[in-house]
Amino acid sequence: MAELLSYSFMRNALMAGVLVSLTCGIIGTLVVLKRMVFISGGVAHTAYGGVGLAFYLGVNPILGAVAFSLIASFLMGYVQRQTRQRQDTLIGVMWAIGMAIGIIFADMTPGYKADLMSYLFGSILAVTHTDLWMMLGVNLLVLSFVILFYKELQAVAFDESFARVRNLPVDLLYIALVAMIGLAVVMLMRVVGLIMIIALLTVPAAIGTLFLKHMKQIMWLAIALSLIFTTGGLLLSYFFNLTSGATIILIAGISYLSALLIHKSCRQCPA
Amino acid sequence: MNDIFKTSQPLVEIKNLYAGYQYEMILEDINLTIEQDDFIGLIGPNGGGKTTLLRVILGLLQPKSGSIAVMGEKPEKGRRRIGYVPQFAEYDTEFPISVRDVVRMGRLSSQRLFKPYSTEDDRLVDERLAWVGMLEYQDRAIRELSGGQRQRVYIARALTTNPALLVLDEPTISVDIEARTQIYELLHKINQEGVTIFLVTHDLNVISSYVKTIGCLNRKLHYHGEKQITDEMLQSTYGCPVDLIAHGLPHRVLAEHEGGN
Repeated sequence: MAELLSYSFMRNALMAGVLVSLTCGIIGTLVVLKRMVFISGGVAHTAYGGVGLAFYLGVNPILGAVAFSLIASFLMGYVQRQTRQRQDTLIGVMWAIGMAIGIIFADMTPGYKADLMSYLFGSILAVTHTDLWMMLGVNLLVLSFVILFYKELQAVAFDESFARVRNLPVDLLYIALVAMIGLAVVMLMRVVGLIMIIALLTVPAAIGTLFLKHMKQIMWLAIALSLIFTTGGLLLSYFFNLTSGATIILIAGISYLSALLIHKSCRQCPA
Repeated sequence: MNDIFKTSQPLVEIKNLYAGYQYEMILEDINLTIEQDDFIGLIGPNGGGKTTLLRVILGLLQPKSGSIAVMGEKPEKGRRRIGYVPQFAEYDTEFPISVRDVVRMGRLSSQRLFKPYSTEDDRLVDERLAWVGMLEYQDRAIRELSGGQRQRVYIARALTTNPALLVLDEPTISVDIEARTQIYELLHKINQEGVTIFLVTHDLNVISSYVKTIGCLNRKLHYHGEKQITDEMLQSTYGCPVDLIAHGLPHRVLAEHEGGN
């Protein structure tokens, strides 16, 4: 273990796991409770368009991903609010278009493109100092947003009509939340890759809702579980020479299935 | 309940109002005045526009034409004086939240976005919870309650806004008969404290002795500020022979009609 920590890439990776877990637990809980899993998946995949474009232009792919995921957040957030029907179709189409844009730009970019794969499947071991600072920034933003508007977010997630009748800025809060999802997505992309983001965003919170009765408790448990999944997955992948992102997700998935079984056989758990 | 808001003007005034969704008009030529201290029960079939009318009053849906004033203002402003109890289907009963946190939502508003709840808020929440008889359940999760208990929590939340008008959408749906009576007793008590009540339901049985005036809504509104439903009102609302419905109704709300027993 001490030997592991002597590698700077390992220290960075473990640090990234901590930072990612904070946002993941908090935003993931809101995503699960407000039933925004699909829109989160859409934002995540659209971000790939930004990665491809950034590669083509020769700028930092993170910038492209941030730009695309924020634009996707606003577009999908708007579609979700305005259109009465076929929201899922529209979001699904944007999801695919984003991916397609990324792939086409990658085709047009000359040279070695293996790096593009790391955004699809994640590479927590390649996290740089710059990445860590970016993750810290996203964490501060997410934390201050949720702490400042906790009671309003809870009200909007629970009963939107009532929140509206109380004249809360429901649409603004919703769009802000989707933007936070967009930022969380960019951050998680480094760790598990955008294809598997939905799982890390939702599984910890989903396990929480099985056993806990308050949103705040679920957030805390989700943070702890994300930390266990990322760290555990990282160590396993290191010792068995596996892809880190997939290992993390598999641990999360197996934990979720086990939690479902335990919940089924437990009489005291909330229904 | 001395924090209740008072006003001298009609609480809601609707004139020649039409409303609906993209291709379909749901409400036609609605005229309605809700006076102070009234207890209005509005009945009508499913799809007759009851919820749509509530959404217009709450400023959640813009009318196509006609005028509406809530406390003399636009619904978007006047609605801060309305305590809203949504329909069972509107919220997520599995949502992890405690009774107390639900009731505290009544203290939220756009003016106090960055302020935490105050001790004054907590006092009011205690008082309203005690009022509906749910104080001892304040730490329970919403999903651990029965339908009737849950409904009383939502009534407490609406009362925590210190409303002039309490608006309820199908308050007794998915509630057993005993709890139904309790809810009506509670609404009666609230009304006597000076809160005007406006409720809609498709369940003819719930129109009980507690209601002061009755209306029928099926696209068009039949409301005369009285406590009697005439044959014509039922005929035009439900479009079926009155006798079929009459047996489900307490007799006192029905006008004498020929052929009845």
